[in-house]
Amino acid sequence: MSAEIMEFAELIKTPRVDGVVLHRPFMPTVEGTLCLTGHHLILSSRQDNTEELWLLHSNIDSIEKRFVGSLGHITVKCKDLRMIQLEITGMEECLNIASSIEALSTLDSVSLMYPFFYRPMFEVIEDGWNSFLPQNAFKDLESMTDEWRLSEVNKDFSLCPSYPPLVAVPKDVDDETLKKVATFRHGGRFPVLSYYHKKNGMVMMRAGQPLTGTNGRRCKEDEKLINATLRPGKRGYIIDTRAINVAQQAKARGGGFELEANYPQWRRIHKAIERYNVLQESLIKLVEACNDQSHSMDRWLSKLEASNWQTNVKEILTTACLAAQCIDREGASVLVHGTEGTDSTLQVTSLAQIILDPGCRTIKGFQSLVEREWLQAGHPFQQRCAQSAFSNSKPRYEAPVFLLFLDCVWQILRQFPCSFEFNESFLVLLFEHAYASQFGTFLGNSAAERARLCLPEKTVSLWSWVNRPQELERLTNPLYEPNSLVIWPSVAPQSLLLWEGVFLRWNRSSKCLDEAYEEMVHIIEYNKELQTKVNSLRRQLAQLETEDPLLHTP
Amino acid sequence: MEHIRLPKVENVKLLDRISHRRRRVGTLYLTATHTIFVESEAGVRNETWVLHSLVCSVDKLAATPSGCPLLIHCKNFQVLHFIISKEQECHDIHLSLQRLSQPESYDELYCFAYKPNVDEKERRQEWDFLDLKADYSRMGLPNSLWKLSPVNQHYKVSDTYPADLFVPESATPPVIVGSSKFRSRGRFPALSYYCKDNHAAICRSSQPLSGFSARCLEDEQMLEAILRSNPRSDFMYVVDTRPKLNAIANRAAGKGYENEDNYSNIKFQFVGIENIHVMRNSQQKMLEVCELRSPSMSDFLEGLESSGWMKHIKAVLDAGIFIAKAVAEEGTSVLVHCSDGWDRTSQVCSVACVLLDPYYRTLRGFMVLIEKDWVSFGHRFSHRCKHLVGDPKEVSPIIDQLLECVWQLMEQFPCAFEFNERFLIAIHNHVYSCQFGNFIGNNQRERIELRVHERTHSLWSYLWANRTDYTNPLYRPNHSQTQGLLRASTSPYSFKFWKGLYNRFDHGMHPRQSVEDYLRAIQEETQQLEEQLTSHTQVGQGYPSKFPRPSQILHLANTPQDYTGGFITGSPCQPKGPDSILLPKSTNQISDASFSNGSDQESGIADLSCRSPLSEDSTRDPDSDEAAYSAA
Repeated sequence: MSAEIMEFAELIKTPRVDGVVLHRPFMPTVEGTLCLTGHHLILSSRQDNTEELWLLHSNIDSIEKRFVGSLGHITVKCKDLRMIQLEITGMEECLNIASSIEALSTLDSVSLMYPFFYRPMFEVIEDGWNSFLPQNAFKDLESMTDEWRLSEVNKDFSLCPSYPPLVAVPKDVDDETLKKVATFRHGGRFPVLSYYHKKNGMVMMRAGQPLTGTNGRRCKEDEKLINATLRPGKRGYIIDTRAINVAQQAKARGGGFELEANYPQWRRIHKAIERYNVLQESLIKLVEACNDQSHSMDRWLSKLEASNWQTNVKEILTTACLAAQCIDREGASVLVHGTEGTDSTLQVTSLAQIILDPGCRTIKGFQSLVEREWLQAGHPFQQRCAQSAFSNSKPRYEAPVFLLFLDCVWQILRQFPCSFEFNESFLVLLFEHAYASQFGTFLGNSAAERARLCLPEKTVSLWSWVNRPQELERLTNPLYEPNSLVIWPSVAPQSLLLWEGVFLRWNRSSKCLDEAYEEMVHIIEYNKELQTKVNSLRRQLAQLETEDPLLHTP
Repeated sequence: MEHIRLPKVENVKLLDRISHRRRRVGTLYLTATHTIFVESEAGVRNETWVLHSLVCSVDKLAATPSGCPLLIHCKNFQVLHFIISKEQECHDIHLSLQRLSQPESYDELYCFAYKPNVDEKERRQEWDFLDLKADYSRMGLPNSLWKLSPVNQHYKVSDTYPADLFVPESATPPVIVGSSKFRSRGRFPALSYYCKDNHAAICRSSQPLSGFSARCLEDEQMLEAILRSNPRSDFMYVVDTRPKLNAIANRAAGKGYENEDNYSNIKFQFVGIENIHVMRNSQQKMLEVCELRSPSMSDFLEGLESSGWMKHIKAVLDAGIFIAKAVAEEGTSVLVHCSDGWDRTSQVCSVACVLLDPYYRTLRGFMVLIEKDWVSFGHRFSHRCKHLVGDPKEVSPIIDQLLECVWQLMEQFPCAFEFNERFLIAIHNHVYSCQFGNFIGNNQRERIELRVHERTHSLWSYLWANRTDYTNPLYRPNHSQTQGLLRASTSPYSFKFWKGLYNRFDHGMHPRQSVEDYLRAIQEETQQLEEQLTSHTQVGQGYPSKFPRPSQILHLANTPQDYTGGFITGSPCQPKGPDSILLPKSTNQISDASFSNGSDQESGIADLSCRSPLSEDSTRDPDSDEAAYSAA
């Protein structure tokens, strides 16, 4: 530990500067002392009533500096899309601060990340690392069906490095078969159970692309595995999240798709969800459009259109609806994959569950979904969320895949505002913590990496913090009324809105909208209060009646 | 009745606008006032009523093997696509509807035939519901600065102006008359709004007949009188709402704008709102985008941009904000005009009033505002809304833009308005429907000639009677958002597309659960609980069952849309040759034609109301012409 602290010390050229002026959105300008620590940029002033700034270095996406005379201006652009300005007198101080921030915000080593140093200041009621264990989720499944089993074939992560140690597979398929199938699927991602639809027993599976290559390689075990999920005489659907031409091109690189001749019981559908690098471009363009100062309506609409962000939302949501429709309406089982099976695949399988399964629309259920379908399923959070929309460096593996998923959930929430136990703040919170956090939940790229990093032992889980009464209260939707039905969202362009809570959050004040939310909470709480009063009066009256027979009306 | 060539056609199909595979079969009736489609499926009693006066266009398309398509576009943005099996029948319906939807004289309008079950005394009272003089006295008028002028009694000075007008105390009749001769259509500067806190006023007029160099002493005196009526201010704004080029072009026709050198202490400003023709074309283009059957996001956004509609809405709001700030923050009076002073001027004055004065954000206040700036100041409703057959170039959605500006503000300030979106949509509907007399004709003089107050009903008292439907549950008169000037944002991203109006009848596009209805039900329940608590004796009696539990409000009903792009063409268990399943052509092409039967497998989902955009809901709309049942 001390060696690591030494390392930070080397990076911090100037640990504190006085007389720094801070400008940030919707808050008064503050003058105070800027301090750099290993993980935070802190600005505190001696004035009362001013809020200190505590900014995680890992939240900083990029910085820009310029000088007017000897007055330096540093613009700090954050991964949560906020922009703050610092004014520092003295060129040397300013340059030192800027280069220190740059170095501290781009640390490569995971073990130097803040979650390893963070000690919770709250009482952990329930350790989030144990809240969503696969064996517990499987118990629920066992109560519904006996057609599936938990396999330990990937116990040591050797078969599939991006899968968890335990996966649910058809009961009749043994581990030897799984080993063979793993060699036929991209990244060893053999088909596993993603969701069981209790209503009709249909299932959704996910996998990596089959490695058919140009000469149409086949794998009998793979065919056997997925056919094992079909009812006699029934056909299933394979949803390939790539356009047909993209899937065709994948053959040249050893990938491919299921040939109809080998999978006669399956019908393949291609949908065009963009790959992760294209999505990153889309995010950058959208955020640029939102920060455009020109005030021209034409320019805004054309930049919004050119960013393709809303198109991506529509495509992802449409594909998820299609998967849900196959399961619920067509009574068919579904296999979803793209190329790696770690991005668009997970967007589709997790959104389909939001649509189909009321359980996923509760706070705990949604956490469980993120845990199962994103963290355990091997979405490479560390790579995807390394940079956000302001990054100057050329994107490598960065992409807002998870943010798009959250955006789609927000769209459904807007259309069914009373069917979710959580509110928009919960989605925004997940966005923030996926990109920069004091918690260990989103560190690493897979269950294997998380195990190697000993995250449960060394860091605090985000869920430990969220699942406390005071946080839950903030994240609970006051309008929630449990709704056991499948919810079919509209995917018409008119129905899909720009997610203001993320993309315009720092551009326009949300005061009036927040007030409306508070008003709504007030209306509902007042109603509950009165109900309690009436009920207690009613109980008193009933008691009086039993005590005093004279009160009985004849 | 003589226009109805065919009163009834059987076996007519009504297609779903989004998915033509979904259709309903029934009988089409033509009555003197309505087109009625009655679904004839067993066990379903589903009626769609369309008022003839709401019909904007009727088009007969080329016959197809399944029949002859008849497309009806309505002024409330409903679109009906019928298939009539026999071409001759379609032809007859087409001709009948064309005539019925284009009345040639005012007497044919629905308001003169609309006779709900209300006695004459009550009917007269409807017209007393709103009193503009009361609004002026609410503003504190008349006072030592502004007086009610009798100059336009009998509409002698300006026949498109109201009889009662407020003018500066110092404006003498010769000044007013002289000024009116120097203004288009005699529309001299008159008061629209007076802010009693700081004496700043909003006045309105038409353009001056200045040409290249003409002057008018009385007009200059008139403006000076307006300036003097604001004792704390040493200048005033003159806002010409037109683009500068348009105003300059008008000079060649002997019209134009004020020369700052001729008027003392004015600051002249153009705000660049386009004319009625640009607005008409823009809305047309925007509606075409709304009607696309399965547009991509790019189709939609590109279409919306190229229609220019959002830009025009922003221009109107920007102008309103400029004026509201001048009045509230600078304490400066403003004279607003365009060309004739009845389109853009009405819009901008109203938007400024809504921003400035919380009263205009109440139900009653907003009705007063429309009555003041639009009805009484002579917005040409009958021309702009095509109540009668006439010059198509006179038609323009100017009132739509006002309603949309208000809606945009409601989205930004959810607690600031006493009324809700439904209220705006109801007003929109009835501006066009001709069911009520309020908007008939083009000005006060015409309405008096038509004896509208003697022969028709008033929308305002109808809306007031149904005000529980139109109340915003988040509104509280003492809420901080309700007070003072609304500081609206006009950054482009602050504007939203108003699907509630333009895709009003595409129920599938709207949120499936209404927060507003839910909150309203909660509030009703709360009220009952309060009553129970105050009268102890009732406590034991259980809930009265008059209202549904709030949770019952959440109709959940919904069926999938066409997500498949035509993939699912049958149950997957149906055997098919392997090669017919996976033709690359059919695997990634979007085609509406091959829509699945999936949507018809309702499989136990409670409510089918989203099956088609013309569900039974449409007849339950609070602003639909339910009352017409009893009238017909």
